[in-house]
This record gives sequence, C-alpha cells and structure tokens, in this order.
Amino acid sequence: MKTKLTGLALATMMAVAPSAQAGEVEVLHWWTSGGEATSVAFLKKQLAESGVDWVDFAVAGGGGESAMTVLKSRAISGNSPTAAQIKGPSIQEWGELGFLSSIDDVAKANNWDEILPEVVSDVMKYNGEYVAAPVNVHRVNWLWANPEVFRKAGATIPTTWDDFMVQAQKLKDAGYIALAHGGQAWQDATVFEAVVLGVGGADYYNKAFVQADMNALNSATTKEVFETFGQLRQFVDINSPGRDWNLATSMVIKGEAGMQIMGDWAKGEFKVAGKNPGTDYVCVAAPGTSGAYTFNVDSFAFFNQSDAESTQAQKVMAKEILSTDFQRVFNLNKGSIPARLGMARTEFDSCAHDSMDAFVASSASGSLVPSFAHGMAVSEAISGAIYDSATQFFNSDDSASEGVAQLVAAVAAAK
Amino acid sequence: MSASTTSHRLYKALFITLLLVFALVYLAPLYVMLTTSFKGIEEIRNGNILALPTTLNGSAWSKAWSSACTGGDCYGLAPYFWNSMRIVLPAVFISTVIGALNGYVLSQWRFTGSNFLFGALLFGCFIPFQVILLPMAKLLAWLGLANTVPGLVLVHVIYGVAFTTLFFRNYYVGIPTELVRAARLDGAGFFAIFRHVFLPLSAPIIVVSIIWQFTQIWNDFLFGVVYSGPGTQPITVALNNLVNTTMGGKEYNVDMAAAVIAALPTLVVYLVAGKYFVRGLTAGAVKG
Amino acid sequence: MFDYLEKQLPKLIMAPTAIVMLVCMYGFIGWTAVLSFTKSRMLPQWEFVGWAQYERLFANPRWHVALDNLLVFTLLFIIIALLLGLMLAILLDRNIRNDGALRTIYLYPMAVSFIVTGTAWKWILNPGLGIEKMVRDLGFTDFEFRWLVEPDMAIYTIVIAAVWQSSGFVMAMFLAGLRGVDDSLIKAAQMDGASTFRTYWHIILPVMQPVFFGSVVILSHIAIKSFDLVQSLTGGGPGYASDLPATFMYTHAFSRAQMGLGAASAMVMLAGVMAIIVPYLYSELRGKKS
Repeated sequence: MKTKLTGLALATMMAVAPSAQAGEVEVLHWWTSGGEATSVAFLKKQLAESGVDWVDFAVAGGGGESAMTVLKSRAISGNSPTAAQIKGPSIQEWGELGFLSSIDDVAKANNWDEILPEVVSDVMKYNGEYVAAPVNVHRVNWLWANPEVFRKAGATIPTTWDDFMVQAQKLKDAGYIALAHGGQAWQDATVFEAVVLGVGGADYYNKAFVQADMNALNSATTKEVFETFGQLRQFVDINSPGRDWNLATSMVIKGEAGMQIMGDWAKGEFKVAGKNPGTDYVCVAAPGTSGAYTFNVDSFAFFNQSDAESTQAQKVMAKEILSTDFQRVFNLNKGSIPARLGMARTEFDSCAHDSMDAFVASSASGSLVPSFAHGMAVSEAISGAIYDSATQFFNSDDSASEGVAQLVAAVAAAK
Repeated sequence: MSASTTSHRLYKALFITLLLVFALVYLAPLYVMLTTSFKGIEEIRNGNILALPTTLNGSAWSKAWSSACTGGDCYGLAPYFWNSMRIVLPAVFISTVIGALNGYVLSQWRFTGSNFLFGALLFGCFIPFQVILLPMAKLLAWLGLANTVPGLVLVHVIYGVAFTTLFFRNYYVGIPTELVRAARLDGAGFFAIFRHVFLPLSAPIIVVSIIWQFTQIWNDFLFGVVYSGPGTQPITVALNNLVNTTMGGKEYNVDMAAAVIAALPTLVVYLVAGKYFVRGLTAGAVKG
Repeated sequence: MFDYLEKQLPKLIMAPTAIVMLVCMYGFIGWTAVLSFTKSRMLPQWEFVGWAQYERLFANPRWHVALDNLLVFTLLFIIIALLLGLMLAILLDRNIRNDGALRTIYLYPMAVSFIVTGTAWKWILNPGLGIEKMVRDLGFTDFEFRWLVEPDMAIYTIVIAAVWQSSGFVMAMFLAGLRGVDDSLIKAAQMDGASTFRTYWHIILPVMQPVFFGSVVILSHIAIKSFDLVQSLTGGGPGYASDLPATFMYTHAFSRAQMGLGAASAMVMLAGVMAIIVPYLYSELRGKKS
C-alpha cells in the first residue's frame, strides 16, 4: 500500500509529521475494556511511532452517553479535546455548531474519497470537507444461531419473518428459548430495526426511519412491522428485561436458546467461548434482509484547536486511523470490517467475509441503510423517540395500531 | 423481679436475632460480589450465582488493582485510587469545617433572616445536579479550574455544605442556649465558645458528617466524570470504564473485585469512625 | 470597632456560604428556568419558544410514567427507610454493647458504588438466577418473585435497593441522636414506671425531632436524585416502566439533544419539590425555635 503513495502525498505526510515532537492528542472515547481497549492501545502505539503522544481520556457507559455529557461540558467551556468518538448525524450537528476542524488536506493526500465507500465518507464530511475519520463498519442485521439446537428441534434457520415464526415455534415446542434477547431499550430497538428492514424493505426503511417521513411512518407497512415485532414477544423468555446482550449471546452458545438478533460484535462472545463460525454457530442475515445491510460506523471527529501543534497531531492521528495496519488490527479485534475498501481479507473469518460481500452488493442495489438503533440514521431526538416507542411496545400488550400511533406521536414531538 | 428479668432476656434474645437476620439480608449483595470475585470466568458463566467458589482464585483482584484496562491505559484502579484521595480528603475536611461553623451560627447565634437562609440552603440543594453541569463547567473554566483537582474539590464543597450545615445545625439545636449565654458572661468570644464548649460535644455528628461527605464524594460519578481531565479522573470513573464494554467478553470476577476495592476506603472510614459514636456517648454524659 | 466586628462575626461566617448559594444554586436554577423556555437542542441556544417545551413534556407518556414512579418511589422509600433506620438504631442502642460490626454491616451499602452493586442486585432479583431460583431449588417450585421483569412492579425493586442502600445512614443519624439523649431523662421516666415503649414514644422520640427533620430532608433528596440506582438496576425498564424524572431529564438533556425539554422537566421536578418541601421546611424552621 505504501508504495502506491504519490509524491504529493509523501510531501504532505512530511509536512504533517515534521519531527519527533508532533505534539499530543487528547482523545475522548468510550472503548475501555476487552478487545476495544486493546485496539485503542494499538492506535496509541502507532501514534507514538509517529511522534504523537496519546493522552487517553476514556469515559465509558451507556453507549457513549456519559462521554457525550463530558464532551458537551468541555465544548461549552471552550476546552474541547483534540478528538472525540462521535458518529453518524451527530458529526453534522457538531459541525453546524462550529466546533469541528477540517482534515481535508490529509484526506486528499491519502485519497480518502477513493478508499472509502461513499456512504461512509458522506457521514465523515461537513460542508464537503472531512472532519472525522472512520474506524470500522459494523453490520447490525445479523441472526446468530446455534445449529445444534435447530437440529435437535427439527427446525431450520429462518430466512423470512413468516418462516421465523414457524421455526421459532418449533424451538419453543422442543423446550428451547427461541430468541435470546436482552430487554434493554437499545436491544429492543436493534431487533425492531431488523423487523423494519425485513418486513418493509430498504425503500420503506429509508423513507420512514431515515428521512422520518410522517406518511411513511403512519402507514399500513408500519402496522405490519409492529404486528411482526409483537409476535416476537412470545419467543422471548420471561427473564429477559434488563439482560445484557452478551448474556443473551451466551444463552445461544450454551444451547439454551436457538438464536439472537444482534450486530457483528456478538462474534466476540463466541470467540471468547472458543466457538467456530459455520460449525458451532451460524451467522446469517436477519430474516428477510439477506440482500440488505444496516451499517453502524464508529468514527473520531476532530475539534478546533487553538495551537498549531495540536492541529498537526490531529492530522497525524487522522492519517493513522485510515492506515491499513490499524484498520486490520482494530477490526479483527472488534468483529467489524474495515472502513476502507480493498484490504486483504485472508485474516478475517467467514462472517466478516459475508459482511464485506454484502456491503458491496447492498451498496450497488441500494439496500445499504444506516442503523437507526445505533445512531446512524436520524437525529438523537428522533432516535430516542423510536427507542421509547419500540421498547414500550415490546414490553406491553399494546396492539399494532397502538404501537403505530405511539411511534408517530413520539417522532412528531421530537422533530 | 425474676419473671421480669426472664422476659427481659427473652426480648433481648429476640431483638438480637432480629438484628442478625437483618445483617444477613444486608450482606447478601456483598456475598454475591465477593464470591463472584474469587470465581473463574467459566464458573461464573455456567454456575449458580449464589454458590461458593470451588477454588479461591485471587487473580481477579490483582488484575483489578494493577492491570485491568480502563481505556487506552491498562494500569488497573491504582492510579485512580490516589486521584480520588486527592479530591476527597480536602473536600471532606473543608466542607465539614464550614458546615460546623455554619451550624453553630444557625443554631446559637441567630440573626434576622438566618432561618430563611438555612431554609434557602436546604431547598437549593434539591436542584438536580444534572442541570448544573453546564453552567458549572463555564464557571470552573472562568476560574481557571476546569479539569483540575482543586476544581473538583470546589464543586464537592459547594454542593456538600448544605448537608454538613444541616447535620451540625440540627445537632447543636439540642444544646441549650444558656450554655452560650453563661460562657459569654464569663467573657468568652465566638470562637472560644465554639472550641471549648461545642467542639468537645461534637464527636458523633462529626462522624455522621464525615461518613456522609466521604461516601458522597468518594462515590460521586457525575461531577467526577464531567469536571475531571485526563490524569485527574476519580476511581468511580475508572470503575465505570473497567466494567463497561460494548463488545462483551465481560470479566465479572474482575468487575466485582474492582467494586469491592473501590468501596474499601469508605468501609475503613465506617469502621474507624464508628468508635467515635461510643466516645460521643461519654461526651453526652458531660452534657447532662 | 472590635466589638462591632465580634457582633457581625456570625453573619461574616455565613456570608461565603450565602454568596455561593446564591450563584451556584439559585443562579443556576434561574439559568435552567430560562433554558426551559428556549428551543435548545444539543447545546444551549437562546431562541425563545414560550411554554412549548412544557407542552411537549406533558404530552410525553414517558414523562407521566416517570412522575408516577417518583411519587410511589419517594413515599415508600422515605417511610420504609425511616422506620427501618429508627428500628435498627433503637435495637442497637439498647441491646448490644459493642455494636461496631453490626453497625458497619448496616452502613456498608452506602459505601459500595451502584455501578457494580447494580449487577449483583440484578442477579439476585432476576427470577432465573437469584432468589426465585434459589427458593425453587429448595423445593418450593411454585415460588414466584419476579418484580424486576414485571413492568408494573419494577419500581418496587428500586425501592428495595434504595432502602438497602440508605437505611444504614438513617440508622447512624438516629444512633448519634440517641447517644446524645440525656440518660437522666430516661431514668426519670423509668422511675415513674413508664414502659420501654412509652419511654421511647413520649420522651425520646420528641427529643429526636431534629433528627427526623434531617433524615427526611436527606432521604427526599436521595429519592429525587436517584439516578445511578435506576440506571444500573433496571435501566428504566422493562420498556420505560421504572423511569424516574432524574433519568428522564438526563437522557433528554444530554443524550437525546433535547436540552430545552430536559430543562423543563428539571423545573417541573423543582416545582414539585417546592410544593412539598417548602411547607415542611417552613413549619419546621418557623414553628418551634424562635
């Protein structure tokens, strides 16, 4: 890869990393334990080699909720970190408030427009200039299944939601928990998202849950979505409320449950338990979404700095994030696929290969959609409204029409 | 006489049993945490949470203390432990002193509006701390204390004083004002009376105040996370980082060990301070 | 001159507290009040929209759930914690000479951060892992204890955990108070032939009135700000059935970019506190000692 660099790029690189003292980056992130922490440590080491000190400012909890609170208080007191883990539409919101700094020269010098898929690079830009660097692409619409359980119950792994109900019933009759699920709002939303995509298709998904079009939301399709979603209640065990997602995964691993709908980070749990894809567990697209792809991209956004040294360091960091080394190591650790295209794929497992293929295919067919359950599709206010409606519906006996009414009202109020 | 002694003993046995039963219930979560911290990951994943560990495995404890990752750094809780100490000790001391003086004034040296002031102080602290985060951040930045230990101490003192004042004021209210009057006739001043009359009586309430403040500040997460910077984060932030993962592979034994480690200083304060309750008893006798 | 200073000393001592209170409590309350009339989303912005945020707030079903929960939670929590704390203090005070160990056991829950105790509680209260499973394993196969996973009951598990955490501190306050009670008072009462119960009810408890006052203020304060507890025990769930105003406010102000709405909810919370606490403060502070 390095040899492909043009002379111009090399020159910029030299400008970007002029000496061993290229300053320091203070990075606010919420990757604090397990494989994520290892990955962060790798980036830290890489930056050190380019002469940039990494000042770690980690704040975990609630999928970045606490980190965002910290970021807001620091921004408001004129004391932003060098870089912060922000993603999706939030990048635009921070950009509008004038906090972000352009790293477009690094991007140009390193051909980001060519090595990044357009859906990803669009999110990283504000006003046409890069202000953030992507680290990975997660696929969210996965179904994880234990083939042993399916075999014992005489069931087959479902590919449509109608089939799902049939097969899940077989699992249930055989004494298994059909769907391993953790009843937390974001997990309810993750399953809901898979149902939306599987039942409504990509066009409907985009209209209703990306553009938040009220007509699309208040439609017969949405009612159908809620009907299917409501049917899932019976296949979840009574103890699910509050359960962490990884405990749900371990129910599949242990053969207590047949399947789980969860993003590709679930792979980490199987890996830790010493299970192999294809034989011990199966990863397939969530029912009805085999050609489609809900993506979730993590990224670092860069904040305005008062001194030139920090700005330089920022650019070194941006460049390193997109380096093939970091992209490879980070994504092998996290279960996701690299954000940059055309990387060697031998080290990745079969689920990751599927994800890479599906990413390219769905991108071509227009069924590559941003995940609303993971803050990629709509503003925080609207995704919060969807969370509330989905989780409230799933944990009650509300009818599908009540679900639709509630969702429509909540989204309207959040606009 | 003997019949009443027997029934008295019976009652006493009953009461003690009751106390012990409650103690067991109170201990249940600690039991779960301790047993889990000594188990291996496999045992936690597959076993009963209430069962005793099959082998005593202390590796989770050393990992939690010195090598668990709390972000890009993997030094365990140890560095953050000392950060917390640097925040908590001054904050507890300052807020207790201010609270004692405030309580002394509000109970023994009232002036027009002093009751109103006290009421306003008590009501003011009902403001949900979440809403003060942003204006306080601005104030700290203006003072040049953003993301520093003194800044955190200041915040904790500001929002702790209402409580320490409450404790001392309510305690000193019970002390007859004649005492102050008599001392003043003897020519003693404001501080002399405080030092020689009130302070010696204050052991139990100082203990209560310290317990409260130490616990609140040591366990504080919200202020600690928002007003700290890299290098000044308190232990609760580190603990939270340590137990939170978005990727799974959760090590519950390390989490539980870390939680107990984070709680140890407070426990020590309770044990040590507890003695002074008893000393307060003797002080009470002087009063009578 | 010196005399004058001496005379003003009490006021001088109170002055810093008063000034800081004015700025950092009432000033910030005022700031929040103003914010609640703006359309602020991700960060404060000063474009005014009148009562719109309040209208949105009360149109939100989740907010009503949170308010109802606050009422149930606060009442139960304060009453149970007071009674339990008082009972433990009295039993400890009269029956055990060396109470160090027990006292620490009752107090320790306050020491342990809910960031992790929440996990232990979740396990204990989870029907498939904790109490229900244990009792069933003992042979009582019909036993059911699944409040944690029932939307209507989840709020009560938060009461349990909150009482567990705070009743020890109430005990400590009462214990400090009891130890301050003049022994001669008790002796006199017993000489008159009063029963232990009557002695407590008529002699000791009235003396402890400031302790009650302090405990109620502290407990209501804990109740209204309960945040970590909910966050780590139920996460507000199942659904949002165990949401409280404090969690509602934080979520909307900080992670849902609806700062104006969050500020409005904080103001409603404060107004509620005002309606209940201010009369109580007034009667306590005005009524007796003047």
